[in-house]
Amino acid sequence: MSIQIRTRYFAALREIVGMAEEALELPEGASVADLRTLLLTRYPRLENALARAVCAVNHQYVQPETLLKAGDEVVFIPPVGGGMF
Amino acid sequence: MEPVIVITHEPLDRAALVEAVAHASVGGIVVFEGVVRDNARGKQVRYLEYDVYAEMAIAKIREIVAEAEHRWGVERVAVAHRVGRLEIGEASVIVVVATPHRGEAFDACRYIIDTLKTTVPIWKKEVATNGEEWVEG
Repeated sequence: MSIQIRTRYFAALREIVGMAEEALELPEGASVADLRTLLLTRYPRLENALARAVCAVNHQYVQPETLLKAGDEVVFIPPVGGGMF
Repeated sequence: MEPVIVITHEPLDRAALVEAVAHASVGGIVVFEGVVRDNARGKQVRYLEYDVYAEMAIAKIREIVAEAEHRWGVERVAVAHRVGRLEIGEASVIVVVATPHRGEAFDACRYIIDTLKTTVPIWKKEVATNGEEWVEG
């Protein structure tokens, strides 16, 4: 059994993968950490960006061990903001 | 009142945001406006490009404003963030807090902008004379 999730890319990640979103198949019971591993396999150049990214599922920040469900929207969020006004 | 939360590609309208929170019960209005600087860490910045995860950004800003309302009892807040390409001197973010007395307005405004910059999924790319990069906190 597998599940399909939707992942969206922003900022540096979007430029590296060259698209804004995609649908991905994962085995049932897969976690956020498993998705991160899959992305690194497909896009090795994401390594630096993913190393510092946190993850949000359906607009809420989650931990790497969080399990994914079919239809989840998953976004790896590189460090935000910064700058000194 | 429900907070005014705006994410837009258009230039920010400070006067409209102030107008949105104004009320006869208000004794002070604090406005924070962040603008694009021409330099960063020794680099000459040409322009900035902001990217946003809009649905989540709006949800996170809503949470931040709710926390400010809880902590300081503020009830009249507007937050606007511009995305896309911004030129030097243009406003990227405006936070407006209106309260009966000024103390709470200053504190809440400071809290909202500081928290927004560290927890809301909005990113900026500095395009400088010697290259470009997505800037991290």
